[in-house]
Amino acid sequence: MEIIDEIKNKFGSKIKKFEEKNPRRIYIDILPSDIVEITKTLFVELKLRFIIATGIDRRDGFEILYHFAEDKTGKVITFRVLITDKEKPEIETISKVIKGAEWIEREMWELLGINFKGHPNLKHLLLRDDWPSCNYPLRQGQGKREE
Amino acid sequence: MSAPIKIKALTKSIWVFHAACSPCNNCDIELLDALTPRYDLERFGIQLVGSVRHADALLVTGAVNKKVVDRIKRLYEQAPKPCVVVAVGNCACSEIMFRDSYNTCGPLDKIIPVNAYIPGCPPKPEAMITGIVKLIKALKGEK
Amino acid sequence: MNEEKKRTVIPIGPYHPLQEEAEFFKLYVEGEKVVDMDIEIGYNHRGIEKLSESLHWDQSAFLVERICGICSTSHPFAYVNAVEDLAGIEIPIRAKYIRSVIGELERIQSHMLWLGLAGHFIGYNTVWMWSWKYRELVNDIFEFITGNRMHYAMMKIGGVRRDIEKKDIPQIEKMCNDLIPAIDLFKGAVTDDPVIHARTKGVGILPKDVAIDYCVVGPTARASGIDIDIRRDDPYSAYNLVDWKVIVTKNGDVFDKVAVRILEMYESIKIIRGCLEGLKKEPEGNFDLNVKEIPAGEGIGRHEAPRGEVYHYVRSDGTNRPVRHKIRAPSYVNVPSDQYAVKGYTVSDAALVLAAVDPCYCCTERVAVIDKEKNKKIMNGFDLIKLSQEKTAKIKNGPKIL
Repeated sequence: MEIIDEIKNKFGSKIKKFEEKNPRRIYIDILPSDIVEITKTLFVELKLRFIIATGIDRRDGFEILYHFAEDKTGKVITFRVLITDKEKPEIETISKVIKGAEWIEREMWELLGINFKGHPNLKHLLLRDDWPSCNYPLRQGQGKREE
Repeated sequence: MSAPIKIKALTKSIWVFHAACSPCNNCDIELLDALTPRYDLERFGIQLVGSVRHADALLVTGAVNKKVVDRIKRLYEQAPKPCVVVAVGNCACSEIMFRDSYNTCGPLDKIIPVNAYIPGCPPKPEAMITGIVKLIKALKGEK
Repeated sequence: MNEEKKRTVIPIGPYHPLQEEAEFFKLYVEGEKVVDMDIEIGYNHRGIEKLSESLHWDQSAFLVERICGICSTSHPFAYVNAVEDLAGIEIPIRAKYIRSVIGELERIQSHMLWLGLAGHFIGYNTVWMWSWKYRELVNDIFEFITGNRMHYAMMKIGGVRRDIEKKDIPQIEKMCNDLIPAIDLFKGAVTDDPVIHARTKGVGILPKDVAIDYCVVGPTARASGIDIDIRRDDPYSAYNLVDWKVIVTKNGDVFDKVAVRILEMYESIKIIRGCLEGLKKEPEGNFDLNVKEIPAGEGIGRHEAPRGEVYHYVRSDGTNRPVRHKIRAPSYVNVPSDQYAVKGYTVSDAALVLAAVDPCYCCTERVAVIDKEKNKKIMNGFDLIKLSQEKTAKIKNGPKIL
């Protein structure tokens, strides 16, 4: 069965928006509360490879894109969540399901200030340990060079 | 021994230590390239050493970032004096495209004293050899 | 607490001769055996993702080229793929062939570089000098085609910057043919040498299921029996127009990783030849579309770099700059797998195992061996290489005491 049909069958109403940009690039919108469950199904049952997650600071919240690859057909399936809480953005960690997601969650935590609940090792990855606590370089309007 | 004699001794066979301060690796590879068969810097007695405590010259590459800045200061302190510092590549010389980044605090001459600059992105091994030769001449007081 | 006390922590880095780059590893050892490892990165972080948001679409290609010098074409390659996916651009066939030629030449260059360093780590400096000598031949081809030994600046949105002219093709073919004896030499030196066998076979095994868990890519994954290669799975450029195959082995140890890389060099030569044949047939001139406007939207671009899949995600709002540019380098997922692969082996093997994934910290963004009992026995990378080289000498000279 085609992977897309399988995803549609399995998740049903959890899919909020489905966009097929071209046959090999698929974007699916989901709710932040479903992410751990969906990741589990994708990674364990459907055997998709986790590529990376992208965190984006938007005017209306923080967007996280979870990119998965299906290597047999060359598809990249991207799951999009939007965290609307701009003050204290929080989401459940997926690093318990996928070990490979540990570093990227640490990176998003330090560069964007998104808190990953349940992450085993949330500390600085790229920046210095004494980096100022409210300075998140990848947020809009921040990350300027200081002398 | 007085300082001028030490400097003179230094020009005979320079042992270099290579420190990568957040470079893109290209200058580092070209540096190693200069030591391998085609360019073979070792025939001039220039040798790469594993510890800064054995080094006469410090070759620094890259736009120094905030995490590495303390380390490079310490490396410079640990080096036996006199020690010459060479900034290799455009990043170490002027930071080029990384000058606006939130995580860099270079260029190198703001952090430690620099004796010679070898620009280029990356400088070719020939350029590095020319740079070192010029540095040796300057240390000997020639023009 | 008691268990903690017996452990020794050996720090490798940030500055040590094992890596040219600054990276910090902490090896937790009990006796000679490595039990755990911490990786600390960030000595190379220059905020490229943020800088890219302030640059023009065309300028970003130059910026991403400077993420890494060894694989300096793979980042722009993935970047232009992403922008072309965003804008729905189909590039001229001539540009496709030229891109693939550059991509494959870089793979040969990078694998030779790694092979040399790996040789150095096990105290086999002959391999180091050989492979770096023959690597110069590849750099000559680059200088011939692009005008620079590194940082070729060939990738451009909508095509390539320079053409490979018909009159130059026989010369490039001849230069590629000169590479074959060099690769044969490495193949012989590695596959027949009993010392290299003793040092690499069964060392640093990364089993398939663990490899999947860590989401590793590239030769690291292929040596563990995971059959993935972006060039075949998600064809781009000219990779579906020429004949070649993906090399997969199943043991996952250091030897397999060496073997995969050496055999891949032959495949790369095959691809280059195929592409040059294709270039001969195509009319000259049409190699760039001169793209001016990038529409709003999002795009994903991938490229199989020498170390594995490079992944770029770009988002545009219709202006002349990307709103977000996410970069994932292959070492970002390959390096954490060291945490598993290094466990259970002796300290003298650690240097080699860590090097086996071909880590590129410029892309990712260092290892330490620490005495947990006293917390002060600090061994630097120099000692570590010495240990590794001594072990090779022991194997070479039999059970004799040195």
